[in-house]
Amino acid sequence: MKLPIYLDYAATTPVDPRVAEQMMSCLTMDGTFGNPASRSHRYGWQAEELVDIARNNIAELVNADPREIVFTSGATESNNLAIKGAANFYSKKGKHIITAKTEHKAVLDTCRELERQGFEVTYLDVMANGLVDLNVLENAMREDTVLVSIMHVNNEIGVIQDIAKIGEMCRERKIIFHVDAAQSAGKIPVDLAELKVDLMSFSAHKMYGPKGIGALYVRRKPRIRLEAQMHGGGHERGFRSGTLAVHQIVGMGEAARVAKEDMQKDTQHILELRSRLWEGVKHIEETYINGDMESRVPGIFNVSFNYVEGESLIMALKDMAVSSGSACTSASLEPSYVLRALGLSDELAHSSIRFSIGRFTTEADIDHVIGQVNNAIDKLREMSPLWEMFKDGVDLSKIEWAGH
Amino acid sequence: MAYSEKVIDHDENPRNVGSFDKNDPTIATGMVGAPACGDVMKLQLKINDLGVIEDAKFKTYGCGSAIASSSLVTEWVKGKSIDEAQKLSNTEIAEELALPPVKIHCSILAEDAIKAAIEDYKSRRGE
Repeated sequence: MKLPIYLDYAATTPVDPRVAEQMMSCLTMDGTFGNPASRSHRYGWQAEELVDIARNNIAELVNADPREIVFTSGATESNNLAIKGAANFYSKKGKHIITAKTEHKAVLDTCRELERQGFEVTYLDVMANGLVDLNVLENAMREDTVLVSIMHVNNEIGVIQDIAKIGEMCRERKIIFHVDAAQSAGKIPVDLAELKVDLMSFSAHKMYGPKGIGALYVRRKPRIRLEAQMHGGGHERGFRSGTLAVHQIVGMGEAARVAKEDMQKDTQHILELRSRLWEGVKHIEETYINGDMESRVPGIFNVSFNYVEGESLIMALKDMAVSSGSACTSASLEPSYVLRALGLSDELAHSSIRFSIGRFTTEADIDHVIGQVNNAIDKLREMSPLWEMFKDGVDLSKIEWAGH
Repeated sequence: MAYSEKVIDHDENPRNVGSFDKNDPTIATGMVGAPACGDVMKLQLKINDLGVIEDAKFKTYGCGSAIASSSLVTEWVKGKSIDEAQKLSNTEIAEELALPPVKIHCSILAEDAIKAAIEDYKSRRGE
């Protein structure tokens, strides 16, 4: 067993060996190192062919046309290009954008920037299960709404938004619909021939591909236009200039191919491990799963162990690499904004741990984790004044705390 | 973020964890912090008739640095008079544990806990 046990697949995944092998063949003199934009010699043609194959693999994963795939440096850039690109291009039609409070910072901060440029943004509250209430969304839609951006799968709690219905609602009103699919592509089926999604962001390093590469799906029918954010040689049909990073693209393409081929197997494997983990910790008193129980991906599992602070728990779980919803390392001492948006109390939000399970997690890993979690919770609760008060029947919400 | 060895030592082997009976007249209790901030510290001191701290116990909900700060304080105050204990400052705690700037608030909280406990002691004695 390799320690610490890696349970942070939602942060990033290791590159699959099949992917790494393909990437290594695109770097050195004896490999396909050429610039795909070089039209005058074989080095360029060979590189272009590999890029085409990768583009096809990504398009096939999400049932799109390869001409709808634009390579970027990752999902953050894809989100920027989609949101700023569409908002700027269609700004004559209206200047209102809708998104949700639980979106990734790459979407929220991009929206903030557009607010500074004169756009108006509605940040939707979500329900206690983390899902967007479609009635609330409908009421927020206006004549001048040009763009709705809602993520497919939430990175902290793993809930799946109903992008099929949201797509219908947007299409009826001719509003452009962008979806951040960084956490869903390659994990759950995405069919862009069926979904009424106009723009979709992808990341390679969340699906066992390399960091530094992603893609944006830009629908052709009906045609979506964007204002480019990166100018230069007119690569990627003018949407995103810059020499194509062939080894990265090849890695993303192979990762997409493997993800499609292994999706069922991966899902089964991860589901079994998640159930095993939950069976091993659910008897712990005052333990809660965050996010909807039905509409969720198997790999992201966010649990609150009440009255135990997340960062101290992470320290006690020293044999595993997990992340916490408590951001006590920052000066602000704010717990996760996603968990707060679900309406969690301060204690519960500060007490959360995100376990994210992936392709290379084993049963032995999970068993070791279960043992250590049980021990850590016992030890930290023994030390927790809040636990002591809870056990004495004190209602913590009635206490006037002297904050600092 | 990397923790200092002293923080890790206190965190893994915290000293004097526990509670005294808060109704015992020789026990002074200080509770500071708030769940919203991610830290709550409870420090209890057993003070004899001469005003000397004979024993100390703590319980802390908070990050590793908060636990280490309160654990360290329980060691430091033992055997001190309340006047001496009152003079313990957060900078001494932060220095001893090599706390990074974002964790200084943990040492401040530990200092506040001592002061709150002594305050409790004095108010019980009607001072």
